[in-house]
Amino acid sequence: MSFFASGPVHTALIVGALVAVVSGPVGVFTVIRGQSFAGHALADTGTTGGSGAFLVNVNPLYGFVALNLIAAAVMEALGVRRARGRDVATGIVLGAALGLSALFLDLETRSSTTGATITVLFGSIFTLDPGTVPFVAVTAGVAVAVMAVLYRPLLLSSVSPELAAARGLPAGVVSAGYLLALALAVSLSAVTIGAILSTALLVGPAATALRLTRRPGAAVLAAAGIGTAATWAGVALSYESYYWPPYQQGWPVSFFVVFVVLAAYLAATAATAGRKGRR
Amino acid sequence: MFSGLMVNAWEAATIVAAVAGLVGFFTVMRGSAFAAHALPNGAFAGAAGAAVLGVSTLLGVAVFALAGALGIAALGRRARRDVATALAVVAMLALGALFLSLGGAYAPEVYSLLFGQVLGVSGSQLLPTAGLAAVCATGLAVLYRPLLLSSVGPEMAEARGIRPAAIETAFLLLLALATTMAVPVVGALLIFTLLVSPAAAARCLTARPGRAVLLSVALALATVWAAIALSYWTGYPVGFFVGAGGAAVYALSRLAGRLLPGRAG
Repeated sequence: MSFFASGPVHTALIVGALVAVVSGPVGVFTVIRGQSFAGHALADTGTTGGSGAFLVNVNPLYGFVALNLIAAAVMEALGVRRARGRDVATGIVLGAALGLSALFLDLETRSSTTGATITVLFGSIFTLDPGTVPFVAVTAGVAVAVMAVLYRPLLLSSVSPELAAARGLPAGVVSAGYLLALALAVSLSAVTIGAILSTALLVGPAATALRLTRRPGAAVLAAAGIGTAATWAGVALSYESYYWPPYQQGWPVSFFVVFVVLAAYLAATAATAGRKGRR
Repeated sequence: MFSGLMVNAWEAATIVAAVAGLVGFFTVMRGSAFAAHALPNGAFAGAAGAAVLGVSTLLGVAVFALAGALGIAALGRRARRDVATALAVVAMLALGALFLSLGGAYAPEVYSLLFGQVLGVSGSQLLPTAGLAAVCATGLAVLYRPLLLSSVGPEMAEARGIRPAAIETAFLLLLALATTMAVPVVGALLIFTLLVSPAAAARCLTARPGRAVLLSVALALATVWAAIALSYWTGYPVGFFVGAGGAAVYALSRLAGRLLPGRAG
């Protein structure tokens, strides 16, 4: 069967692009605000909800979204304004959530032998049910809409907190709104493509885009574009690897996507190394 | 509860918790919780790789932990630290996904490396754990003053000739040692929780570094001992009790820190 005629490949390309497009804007703010740990922690925390949902037999996506919203709220409540306090708050929430994950997965493996640990953590874009595409599209739309509404206040409060405060912008509301969008975007991507890929698509393309341009609008578009290209390249390479050793099983998509993203980031870093003032 | 294999479990967990309490103090002071998560989690990929190649788990974890530490340090010179850490951890985990799919480890093994299966520690694992713990503690003792200075007052440290990049790399290497010591015996979740929660709790209770270090070690030991005992009695996984216990210790300490006079929580 040829690449484009394959059903799982179709679904993978569509969902991959949707996730990359949502991760673009959310990721750019994640990098600017220094919240990569929160993004990664939410992806991991989502696995707790996912494994809990496995246990009670509901769609893992609901588990992901529910637990991520709770985790984001607790992080926001615990985290003080300074970056260091936030780092610890994120770590504590992540530790507690992973503890729950350990419990859920342990209970799950007692009742069945489906290898839920691996499914939940590593996900697989090729095993997606085409029926979830509309739901993914709607969630993606909501996350992008939240980002569009928040765009200007979020940008101001990320780039210059003092100026934002002087203009009377409610820092708490903006920060909570951003975490909400982050939680949505991350649950969406973690449940579809796995927790690892979720972080890679959130941080990698955005960090690459911010090397290439300092204009936030352009960076958002570039990040979405780079993310989509990396996902599609990863899917194509993974499809191709079916013919590589060990034969007939293929290498994981997440492996290829992460390495395309990393290569793009390193290339962008090298290309801009001579210029001054880039971060 | 204190017989046979359980003795190994108590010994391994005690060694790991003591070192985690020490290293954890600096992890919290430096705001390095992400690195403390990334190295153990990413080093799990090394164990998966070791299974594919048929070499020892300890070697695989050591190689990945050290490569991860150097990778974060190298990427961190030209990017924000959290971005560097995120990119390093996804790179390691992506390799882990590849190793797993190439047919190395099987599900229960993956589970125990990630979430810990402290009740199954063998006697032959204790010696390398104790050795690495001694190296890690010695390194920490040697670096104590410059690490403390650069964590509390980076400008002052630089004025005294301590290079921030060098001290950060040294700290990441200590984290990598702690990871190598802990992941094969207690799993990634346990070491991560013990690196963050007890030390964060200790900092809520006291501002003095020496006291905070001791308190951090004491809380780490208390957390892990309670977790093993509860896991033994209830049959639920030890990772759950360590994760929940760590969060509870932190929450209580934060509350106590607010109530104690003269200490802003």
